[in-house]
Amino acid sequence: MKYLTAASRLLRHSSRNLSDHRSNLQFFCSIRPSSSGLSYTSLRSYEHLIQDDCFHRKITLKNICFRGSGVGILHCLPKFQSDGIRTHHRNLASTALIPERNKSFATINSDDISYFKKVLGGRGVVQDEEKLDDANTDWMRKYKGSSKLMLQPRKTQEVSQILDYCNSRCLAVVPQGGNTGLVGGSIPVYDEVIINIGSMNNVLSFDKVSGILVCEAGCILENLMSFLDNEGYIMPLDLGAKGSCQIGGNVSTNAGGLRLLRYGSLHGSVLGLEVVLANGTVLDMLGTLRKDNTGYDLKHLFIGSEGSLGIVTKVSILTPPMLSSVNLAFLACEDYLSCQKILVEAKTKLGEILSAFEFLDINAMDLVLKHLDGLRDPLPSSKHNFYVLIETTGSMESHDKEKLEAFLVQAIESGLLTDGVVAQDINQASSFWRIREGVPEALLKEGATYKYDLSLPPEKMYNLVEEMRQRLGTAANVVAYGHLGDGNLHLNISTQQYDDNILAKIEPFVYEWTSKQRGSISAEHGIGLMKASKLHYSNSAETVQVMAAIKKVLDPNGILNPYKVLPTPALSQT
Amino acid sequence: MKILVAVKRVVDYAVKIRLKPDKSGVETSNVKMSMNPFCEIALEEALRIKESGRASEVVAVSVGQAQCTDTLRTGLAMGADRAIHVEYPGTLYPLSVAKIFKALVDAERPALLLLGKQAIDDDCNQTGQMIAGLLKWPQATFASKVVLDEGNKVATVDREVDGGLETLSLDLPAVITTDLRLNQPRYATLPNIMKAKSKVIKKLTPLDLNVEIRSDLEVVQVTEPPKRQAGVILSSVDQLIDRLKNESRVI
Repeated sequence: MKYLTAASRLLRHSSRNLSDHRSNLQFFCSIRPSSSGLSYTSLRSYEHLIQDDCFHRKITLKNICFRGSGVGILHCLPKFQSDGIRTHHRNLASTALIPERNKSFATINSDDISYFKKVLGGRGVVQDEEKLDDANTDWMRKYKGSSKLMLQPRKTQEVSQILDYCNSRCLAVVPQGGNTGLVGGSIPVYDEVIINIGSMNNVLSFDKVSGILVCEAGCILENLMSFLDNEGYIMPLDLGAKGSCQIGGNVSTNAGGLRLLRYGSLHGSVLGLEVVLANGTVLDMLGTLRKDNTGYDLKHLFIGSEGSLGIVTKVSILTPPMLSSVNLAFLACEDYLSCQKILVEAKTKLGEILSAFEFLDINAMDLVLKHLDGLRDPLPSSKHNFYVLIETTGSMESHDKEKLEAFLVQAIESGLLTDGVVAQDINQASSFWRIREGVPEALLKEGATYKYDLSLPPEKMYNLVEEMRQRLGTAANVVAYGHLGDGNLHLNISTQQYDDNILAKIEPFVYEWTSKQRGSISAEHGIGLMKASKLHYSNSAETVQVMAAIKKVLDPNGILNPYKVLPTPALSQT
Repeated sequence: MKILVAVKRVVDYAVKIRLKPDKSGVETSNVKMSMNPFCEIALEEALRIKESGRASEVVAVSVGQAQCTDTLRTGLAMGADRAIHVEYPGTLYPLSVAKIFKALVDAERPALLLLGKQAIDDDCNQTGQMIAGLLKWPQATFASKVVLDEGNKVATVDREVDGGLETLSLDLPAVITTDLRLNQPRYATLPNIMKAKSKVIKKLTPLDLNVEIRSDLEVVQVTEPPKRQAGVILSSVDQLIDRLKNESRVI
């Protein structure tokens, strides 16, 4: 596979140029297919090759995510006939099998643009290159699409009209919220039209007695938290991306987060949804009832479907009351076994006041202290192998503090903990949380990250980390942290640059290991583009078939977020 | 040498405060309370002096209602040796607190009295100065650096003032109030929290100290500042000049 290495070497040399997106767009403008000059079809097939290979390249080069090509690749790659899925040049079973662009999808023309402008007004139609550039790139800067159009509807009616039109024209679309997803699900793969819901950001109603909040899908999570703060309530979910992520996206991906241990998943807290289907039908399921057993509860289909079954436009969610007494302890353990024992102890001794249980290992801690400013080690006296964050939330400060301190004293005396600190005010608590929430950011600053989000039986969880360390040796830094209370491990392998050799050691080993434990290959991050071909590791073939059948019913033309969630072969079988 | 540190229990700095419906004050029920950040800094400084071997004992003192003991427990968990709680359930103003401290200092005879420069609930910035006046002790306020000489007789203190930094030399005993950049307070570690449970908090009342609490001040009303008005986009320079002249009367 000499040409692969040559191409990657060339791209690595030019990496400095490619990291400035704006210069890229101008530089590679000439290679885009145009009606004049080169024959459209021949260049398209080349572009598929380049896009596929570049996509593959995407995960081998740090910060290089340019789709479309590098001139270097054009020289190095031999021509070959297009076929359904590019597999023969991939000797690594792991790399995502990116399907080629679905031929049945149309491409945008000027009539489409005029229609959209009529429906949305000039402001709702975005063709500006800089803005599109951002919208085409995911948060991890790992994936990049090449959409030429972004629409920003302000009302459900507009979403309905857009989708109806796109369905009739067979134009593929990508629903987009805050674009903070970690599996490439919120950005186009090719030239899908981006439908950004961010302009639909009104709070519609809030019932102070029941705590039921009804809002539009484009509301940013942190803004909802501030709004509820004034009313004496909190959102039932909390995640590091709260400053940018939108509630519609949270619902569509069934986001988990830090409070799942206490308030459960969105399947429990979402009471109703308003969803627009692929053909523009508006499904009004925006109930605000705690109990409603009338027929099939369809909203659960949309929660976690990652925009592939419908676009969420309004959300009705049950919010818990804000309790005054919040305590946070940052603890140190010698080994993973102690972490597990503390979890059991915490659940029994702290019981109803336990609201979060997180862990991070020493590699994660070191990275955070290295890259994030203004943070200090809460336990500087010595190095500890594992750190555990325990949060309690209750209504009576004295009762909670007593319970927490009794639990901690017992844990120290029985040797489960080696050290710990208790936050004495909200400021100290925020800095402890910043340590745990800052790990993804620190990883991003460190270099390239291979990110895995797995649900595993708690006893087995760290075995995977240790085996991974053995497999990789000094080639990479294996960092582990996560929601220990939920059995959710965030396994991150950090390297200086993306490297196929390292990827080969990680995948499919990590998926097979997880599958053997009957774990989930994606606890909360979702499938998106990254894991669409891996669905079978955590789902039986029959299950996937039924999923594909449902997709066919709700989106016969497959225009909603194509190439994601379900593997393409499964869809073509239906 | 004994160091006395004054600590105050206030609404936590990160809480969004709300007014009581009758506008008599800030809502404090069901709201997170913690030690005043400047008091934390003062206590941290006292602990560092003790750790350097200059002081033999650090005593944390708080004046107020029963829950002040929570704040004192935090102080003990940080490392103070013992605590004193002067219990008084009503409203306290700086002069009353200063008189109580004068009586305490006469009884305890510390060589150094450390306080935070101001409390974040009333922002008075008066108590330290008043105590020094009543005791006729030298004072250095807004300290950003404190250095004691070998014999614990003189303190050299850098103060943050509007023009920059001012360095004062004080003979001990003295009163020092601390500012933000003096140090970064330590966290309360579990072993220290456990030790704190066995440390003593002595309870006193103003009567025990022969201090009569009365005040010439009375809070009549507490209101929020007026809501910020939205900006207005004007269509021409003439309109701007007209507004400046006639509405805001600036020109």
